[in-house]
Amino acid sequence: MNDVIRAPLAFRNQHEILNMHHLIIGAGPAAVTAAEHLRKLDPNCRITMLAAEGVPPYSRMALPYFLVGDIEPEGCYLRKREGHFEAQGIDVIYGRASSLDTVAKTVTLLGGDMLNYDKLLIATGSTATRPPIDGIDLDKVYNCWSLADAHRIIESTNEGSRVVLMGAGFIGCIILEALANRKVDLTVIEMEERMVSRMTNAPMGDMIKAWCEGKGIRVMTSTQVTSLADDAGVLKVSTAAGDTLDADVVICATGVRANTHWLDGSGINMDAGIVVDDCMATSAPDVYAAGDVAQGRDLSTGDYEVQAIQPTAVEHGKLAARNMINGNATPRGGTINMNVLDTVGLISTSFGLWMGVEGGETAEFSRPDRFEYLNLQFKDDVLVGASSLGMTQHVGVLRGLIQTGAPLGKWKDILLVQPNRINEAYLASAQSQHAALAAA
Amino acid sequence: MQKSLHIDPGKCTGCNQCETACAIENEGMVNPARSRIKVFNFHDEGRFVPYTCTQCDEAWCMHACPVDAIVLNPSNGSKDVLDDVCVGCKVCTIACPFGTINYNTSTGKVVKCDLCGGDPACAEACPTQAITYVDANATGLDKMRAWAAKTDNAAGA
Repeated sequence: MNDVIRAPLAFRNQHEILNMHHLIIGAGPAAVTAAEHLRKLDPNCRITMLAAEGVPPYSRMALPYFLVGDIEPEGCYLRKREGHFEAQGIDVIYGRASSLDTVAKTVTLLGGDMLNYDKLLIATGSTATRPPIDGIDLDKVYNCWSLADAHRIIESTNEGSRVVLMGAGFIGCIILEALANRKVDLTVIEMEERMVSRMTNAPMGDMIKAWCEGKGIRVMTSTQVTSLADDAGVLKVSTAAGDTLDADVVICATGVRANTHWLDGSGINMDAGIVVDDCMATSAPDVYAAGDVAQGRDLSTGDYEVQAIQPTAVEHGKLAARNMINGNATPRGGTINMNVLDTVGLISTSFGLWMGVEGGETAEFSRPDRFEYLNLQFKDDVLVGASSLGMTQHVGVLRGLIQTGAPLGKWKDILLVQPNRINEAYLASAQSQHAALAAA
Repeated sequence: MQKSLHIDPGKCTGCNQCETACAIENEGMVNPARSRIKVFNFHDEGRFVPYTCTQCDEAWCMHACPVDAIVLNPSNGSKDVLDDVCVGCKVCTIACPFGTINYNTSTGKVVKCDLCGGDPACAEACPTQAITYVDANATGLDKMRAWAAKTDNAAGA
């Protein structure tokens, strides 16, 4: 979408000259949260949000539910009320940014149009990548990342379609159910030795794999697709283990990367994403970044990482808006990495340093026969990480305990023996810390 | 005047009538496991702590929701889940640091306390006034501090 279409905006004329113009590149959760907070904090500023995909702001989180047929495309929209953005004086325009000049304070769009800003927020998210193997650009090889991708997958798969899913990470796992419900013949190929290795240790990964196999899904771990070839309409999928599989459709969910290529030459400090400080400010004056594209501080490690998760996108968006308004007066100590995943009905979570810390202690509850698992990681008497399987009640207390750093006292010793008493430990230890959390 | 749930664990006898009332009111079944208020039993100390959403001002659940399925009820300050909009992604369940919004595997939606629209069944059912529905003059922060102090005492932490 190269054309810039300006939605009518009553606010523009009266405020254009005098008031600060906040330009937001992107229209995902970080962008929308920032736009709404900017409006809340400054009723008079001009806010422009640039959406690249030609559809209203939507959530990738919801795509699997569209894929499975639970919702219409509109069900993925981040905001449901008709005229929501117009009513708040948030100007949503369609176009794709192609370059940034931090001295002239302009963003150039594909097609040549140019936007000025006083403060800029980059919230361009990330994009699904494809491994550089033969045949990766063949027809019927799809990503599952955008609403357009989801439409393509729906159109090209039916009951019995042979589907090979490359990658059993978050995205791979979350679309498994959608694919399984479409009754396709499904094979998952994951190069790591276990599924969702970014949030699972070995026992948890093994249980997820066993669960999937119990649902009739073929799971191949510790191998990868080495090439794809078209044989009279059938995709021949070759693996490093020497297998060749026939497929009608291949879905590539091997990873994502931050959308920063358009910033090459801008001088902005980038690593895995755009490096931001504790105010979400980038290395360029008046330029901020938030969400999947931002490499901000991780609360647990203190390191700067691209977390690429929904709750962090929202926290980033809020924090960026505050600092864009108040001149970087509100630094924060980072966001906690956490995930929740539903793999064909098996629910897993991970929080903070679930893999444990040097000199720390571990408590583990495991019932593989019931697909139940809980892993708690302590440093001294503080919970620093956790992961769970099959736990749906009060799971947020794991975040509460980690984020508040509440000393567990005698409860740590109880939890080392009975990790399932985590809710009691929380009530006894962490509730008093929540005043601090709310003020944070 | 806006009201809020006031919980005094010191008065709770662990009769669990709040759980039953909640499940009947909201799920149409006598099944405490489906209650949105949960009474935690501290066996060792002989104490009980009823626990549910404080309708906190931060509203972590509401802000984390990617599809606008949790909304502020302006009449009583509760944050309500819109069942027809919730896709069941569960992000709110990890975002809420209180653990008071939970996934219901049978409906595929999340559930949380909505104060029964302004007439909470748990408070009505409580025979000892451990749960009352009272004027909420306090800010969300004060509410949490008060709550914190009480749960501390109750749990003997």
